[in-house]
Amino acid sequence: MTDVGLDAAVVVDLGTFTVEAAVTAPPGQVLGVLGPNGAGKSTLLRALAGLAPIADGYVRLGDRVLDDPAQGIRTAPERRATGLVFQDYLLFPHLTALDNVAYGLRARGVRRRAARARAAEWLDRLGLADHARHRPRQLSGGQAQRVALARALVVEPELVLLDEPLAALDAGTRLSLRTDLRRHLRSYGGPAVVVTHDPVEAMVLADQLVVLERGRIVQAGRPAEVARRPRTDYVASLVGLNLYRGNATGGRVRLDGGGVLIDAEPDTSGPVYLALRPSAVALHRDRPGRGSPRNTWPGTVTGLETVGDRVRVALAGEPDVLADLTPDAVADLDLAAGARVWVSVKASELTVYPAVGEPAPADPLPG
Amino acid sequence: MSTATRDQLSPATRPRRGRPPWPLVVPAAIAVGFLLVPLVGLLVRAPWRSLPSQLSDPLVWEALRLSLVTASLATGISLLVGVPLAWVLARARFPGLALLRALVTLPLVLPPVVGGVALLLAFGRRGIVGRYLDAWFGVTIPFTTSAVVLAETFVALPFLVIAVAGALRAADPRYEEVSASLGADRWTTFRRVTLPLVAPSVLAGSVLCWARAIGEFGATITFAGNFPGRTQTMPIAVYLALESDPEAAVTLSLVLLAVSVLILVSLRDRIVHTGTGT
Repeated sequence: MTDVGLDAAVVVDLGTFTVEAAVTAPPGQVLGVLGPNGAGKSTLLRALAGLAPIADGYVRLGDRVLDDPAQGIRTAPERRATGLVFQDYLLFPHLTALDNVAYGLRARGVRRRAARARAAEWLDRLGLADHARHRPRQLSGGQAQRVALARALVVEPELVLLDEPLAALDAGTRLSLRTDLRRHLRSYGGPAVVVTHDPVEAMVLADQLVVLERGRIVQAGRPAEVARRPRTDYVASLVGLNLYRGNATGGRVRLDGGGVLIDAEPDTSGPVYLALRPSAVALHRDRPGRGSPRNTWPGTVTGLETVGDRVRVALAGEPDVLADLTPDAVADLDLAAGARVWVSVKASELTVYPAVGEPAPADPLPG
Repeated sequence: MSTATRDQLSPATRPRRGRPPWPLVVPAAIAVGFLLVPLVGLLVRAPWRSLPSQLSDPLVWEALRLSLVTASLATGISLLVGVPLAWVLARARFPGLALLRALVTLPLVLPPVVGGVALLLAFGRRGIVGRYLDAWFGVTIPFTTSAVVLAETFVALPFLVIAVAGALRAADPRYEEVSASLGADRWTTFRRVTLPLVAPSVLAGSVLCWARAIGEFGATITFAGNFPGRTQTMPIAVYLALESDPEAAVTLSLVLLAVSVLILVSLRDRIVHTGTGT
């Protein structure tokens, strides 16, 4: 459909803090933007849509420069061909589903009859043909989400921006719509940016992922890579990993926060990250014998929390660690806050990767 | 969020509020009484027997017709210029905006007679604008039906502007952003998204505006005078009749009351919806 890609480096001044981020998305690819609330994800999206003026940097879409304040170039939102989908959809309440979808075509001068015909095709494609005459308040969340998607895509935008597109849906609907959304974004063929705070959504929808924290990109890469090798506590806790920073020498990792862990693959040295799945952590009442788990250290239980069918045990020690145990194991060990236990982790369970080679803080002004 | 939760609660599960506290109920009852007693007085003292003959006086119907026509024209003019003004007050950013806002609400606190004097000084034969209207176009406004419409617009316009500007400020601006992202320019967005979104408030504002216009007295009698059939609206007719023929004054009041109630009731549902509205 389109052969343009997104290339942007934006600086947005929000008064209290600035968002500085460089993002790219080739045609047909979905860029996920993951980050906690208030990190500047939506601001980044608004900057790309032209709704938040950028103080510095540029936004390019294919061979078009949309914004470049240094050159005095600025493109109004209505001249950008950008499709927007908000978390709460924002369907025009006074228009039917059909007229909502036809709106963009009408605004671009397509005659009513032709616009409605194209809108009806899209509703049909999304399985909403029966709801064409319904007003937004008569639609379920999932239906409204699909109408919003159709409204954004029917005008064949050169860029699609989705702000938490599935966050307002219940769990069941979200699951099925996530797969649908992925399919539609693939067949759309242009570049897309999806903002989310849900790591699973990011994994399913995005080809590439950037993690935004406090207005800066702190990690970028393929979703699986980001999940496996988190570089910040935020990402680590999102994907449910213990994350440590330390220094590796000859298979021993001295952690910045205290403690030493032994790595089964001693081929990394220097500053490293060390990731550890909570389910790989075992707890014992007595000090374990010198078996295959090569990392043992004493710890104190500081908290217990049920997560799914597991109990997540937080322990203070060197280092602090989260452990996932079955409820049976928790009962056997008689764990409660304040209990003193031994922690053991097999060396082969550690994922150690260099801390150097992180993406440099986004530099919006190349050269 | 909170409205969604509120809507989901069925009446049965909604928490019981208990008995309303008397420091609220008693003053509320006094207020109701205060509003109702004069109306009751009007009904009790109405000359019911001579009513048919009173109503057959063409002067009554002339005044009523003039009131309805001028109030509707004033409302129309207010809509035409008031909705754009409301948009500017709610959306535009420029120095002096706060001053403009205060200026717009001035007619609300200004005694209408003062408004009439001011209109006379502006649009009178020797007024700063009226003098040129007279010299260039041979148009004189004071003491004509046009003057009635102008006087009513002057006092009623702020009611519409305030209602619509408030609704515009409360409306979610992201609807307009979505519209822009879909390629609509600002005028298209205003016509096809913004205006429909605030339509209930435009209607409510129009009703307020119309009601204020139909009751206008001070500015009208000052600026337009009292010429039966031309500038003598219902309130003026009532006031003058009170001196010469009190029974006629009561009859005129009853007619005005009946018409106002009729119109308010026919629009009530929509206004109530606006009041609790989304």
